[in-house]
Amino acid sequence: MTGGGGRRWACVALALAGVLLLPAMAAAETITVQVAKLTFVPASVTAKVGDTIEWVNDDFVAHTATAADKSFDVSLAPGKTGSVVVKRAGEIAYSCRFHPMMKGTIEVTE
Amino acid sequence: MKALRRLSVALAGLMLTTGLSLAADAAKPTDPQIAHIAYTADNIDIAAAKLALETSKNKAVQDFAKDMVRDHEAVNKQALALAAKLKIKPEDNPTSEALLKQADATRAHLATLKGAAFDKAYADNEVAYHHAVNTALETTLIPAAQNAELKDLLTTGLKIFKGHEEHARMVAGELK
Repeated sequence: MTGGGGRRWACVALALAGVLLLPAMAAAETITVQVAKLTFVPASVTAKVGDTIEWVNDDFVAHTATAADKSFDVSLAPGKTGSVVVKRAGEIAYSCRFHPMMKGTIEVTE
Repeated sequence: MKALRRLSVALAGLMLTTGLSLAADAAKPTDPQIAHIAYTADNIDIAAAKLALETSKNKAVQDFAKDMVRDHEAVNKQALALAAKLKIKPEDNPTSEALLKQADATRAHLATLKGAAFDKAYADNEVAYHHAVNTALETTLIPAAQNAELKDLLTTGLKIFKGHEEHARMVAGELK
């Protein structure tokens, strides 16, 4: 392998590292909310734009996570999970359509 | 048994029945009786929801009725599984009989209604019925339950039905 070839490989390696690292640095997280005994736990979570909110329904009845601003309406069958990616900064209030006293909030930052 | 008496009084008023004998005045209910009352109360609401599904053309009412069938069937499934596990044989009792008698009267009344009048009467009845059942659960049935798992299921049931009561209030409010 010549010096030029080595440099080329170095460039490829750097480019690859860039491609792999950049998203890794901005890696979106998954924030889990348990749904148990008709309660979102925790009721309040914070997230960054691009993060995923995942609800795990431990109850034997179906629920929903429905945003007050109608930005999402996630069905949560008994024993199942559902998720949404938050795309805008701000506070999103949500509730269960079937049991409206079940309430939660997501504080989304840039 | 004050709550059960109130439950019956509330239902009686609602369902325009008179001369109701309230049997729940007896001693506090046993676990087999509580299981029977809970199961009966569930089935009454499922039957009412099925009538609404056949009768109503209102989307909010239809959606609510579907929620009632789904949730109450889920609760019943849990209740029957728990009864089998604990070897509790649900036992018929005067409170269950009174509930059924009143439910028949309500059903007969609702069956005479159509359109918006039916929707309003059904939604109002759902508010009152869930409120009465929730009060009975909270003040009589849950405190009287002896088995911890039965008490726990009734407590979860109460939370579910409180959700229904609030949901019913929202639906009834929109119909005004």
